[in-house]
Amino acid sequence: MNMLTETAVEKVLERKMTNSALKMSGTDVCVFYGEKQALHNVNLNIRENTVTALIGPSGCGKSTFLRTLNRMNDTIDSCRVTGKILLDTDDIYDPNIDVVELRARVGMVFQKPNPFPKSIYENIAYGPRIHGLARTRAEFDEIVESSLQRAGLWNEVKDRLQEPGTGLSGGQQQRLCIARAVAVSPEVILMDEPCSALDPIATAKVEELIHELRANFTIVIVTHSMQQAARVSQRTAMFHMGYLVEENDTDKMFTNPDDQRTQDYIMGRFG
Amino acid sequence: MASSHIITAFDEELKYLSRRISEMGGLAEQMVGESVRALINADVSLAQKVISDDAILDAAEREIDDKAILTIAKRQPVASDLREIMGAIRIAADLERVGDLGKNTAKRVVAVRDTGVPRPLARGLEHLCELAMNQLADVLDVYATRSAEKAAAIRERDDEIDSVYTSLFRELLTYMMEDPRTITTCTHLLFCAKNIERIGDHATNIAETIFYIATGNQPEGERPKDDLSTSVVAGVK
Repeated sequence: MNMLTETAVEKVLERKMTNSALKMSGTDVCVFYGEKQALHNVNLNIRENTVTALIGPSGCGKSTFLRTLNRMNDTIDSCRVTGKILLDTDDIYDPNIDVVELRARVGMVFQKPNPFPKSIYENIAYGPRIHGLARTRAEFDEIVESSLQRAGLWNEVKDRLQEPGTGLSGGQQQRLCIARAVAVSPEVILMDEPCSALDPIATAKVEELIHELRANFTIVIVTHSMQQAARVSQRTAMFHMGYLVEENDTDKMFTNPDDQRTQDYIMGRFG
Repeated sequence: MASSHIITAFDEELKYLSRRISEMGGLAEQMVGESVRALINADVSLAQKVISDDAILDAAEREIDDKAILTIAKRQPVASDLREIMGAIRIAADLERVGDLGKNTAKRVVAVRDTGVPRPLARGLEHLCELAMNQLADVLDVYATRSAEKAAAIRERDDEIDSVYTSLFRELLTYMMEDPRTITTCTHLLFCAKNIERIGDHATNIAETIFYIATGNQPEGERPKDDLSTSVVAGVK
């Protein structure tokens, strides 16, 4: 892409970002694991076509909050969520909501690449098949190719689509998982420390991919790396001991944060 | 400053930068005072010392720059750490320029040695020099405390130097008109006065940098200016 069109894309994205309606919003979100309260009254908006980074020290609740966004916490028996989380205008904790459909709209990529023990092709085709997004072989072929293209993996794997996904390198596996998430055309993609098991080159590729995916998806990423949050996100939310401490433009957050706790954390100081 | 970094070596690197800045400031201040003393007393050996001291100041600036670049590369500083380091680079550059201006004044000592500096002009130059040195000394004290309020107050003060400079400018013009034989000396003195006035500007720059380090915001509004010499015309009083 040449300079001019890239700037044009940026401009369009900026406009989209400032004008966009909120994609998701959490109001007074509390999460309990048994008796223990892990999140206290979190109010956080997720903007469309924006990368929102969740940062904070271990155990601060950032992953817990991420997992409330597609009800991954439902899989933990002792976990209870109160408050309201909207996806567009739908209350995702409404008893009538179909959780399988919700997770198709809000996809997830995990810390460790976890491809299915199947072929590269099947890894991608699986989601669209169970959601009935394609019928003919040609339709599946097209989804597999476009998803791998979007994940920047197509050129590396197009000649070995029938080989097992687990045979790829760590970085390739993670991009395969992103391609798999993209395949069902979700609206939001949640990423839980997607690069923590990757080397710097593979990390850079995933970060570049996140940057490109932003044009079509809304992304929420949990990361332990301050520099990664600064590089990939437009908005940053800082959690501490189960509370949302500060939410701000990433540019502001890393140059002149409002909250002392944010400042201490991103600067590697202890308050 | 807030609590220490978990990585203590990072704290050491930041302390090194601010210590070197203070040292540079002390030397620059001394050079300015000595250059004007050398000028008024026609002291060529003192002038020579100022000229050779400038090399020390230049070397200090390069060392600060190198250390700052290395620290950025190693630590990826953010927020006030990043401003602290960028501030050190900028302040070192300002102090290096202050040294150059002192050196330039010292270089003119030989040219005015034979005629000497007329008494009233010497008094004016000394007064101007005193103001600039106070400005510099105060701003270096503020650097040690990183106080945004005090930095803002110093920024407001530069107009005093400007107005003394403007009146010295008029005085030099008058001398030259009255006796064209003084033109050589007075022209050199005019450059010396301009050097000193510029030192006040650098002190003000440093005050602005400190304000930015402390608050993360650029100081707002125009700084006060009372340097009217740009519009002074010979023969008009």
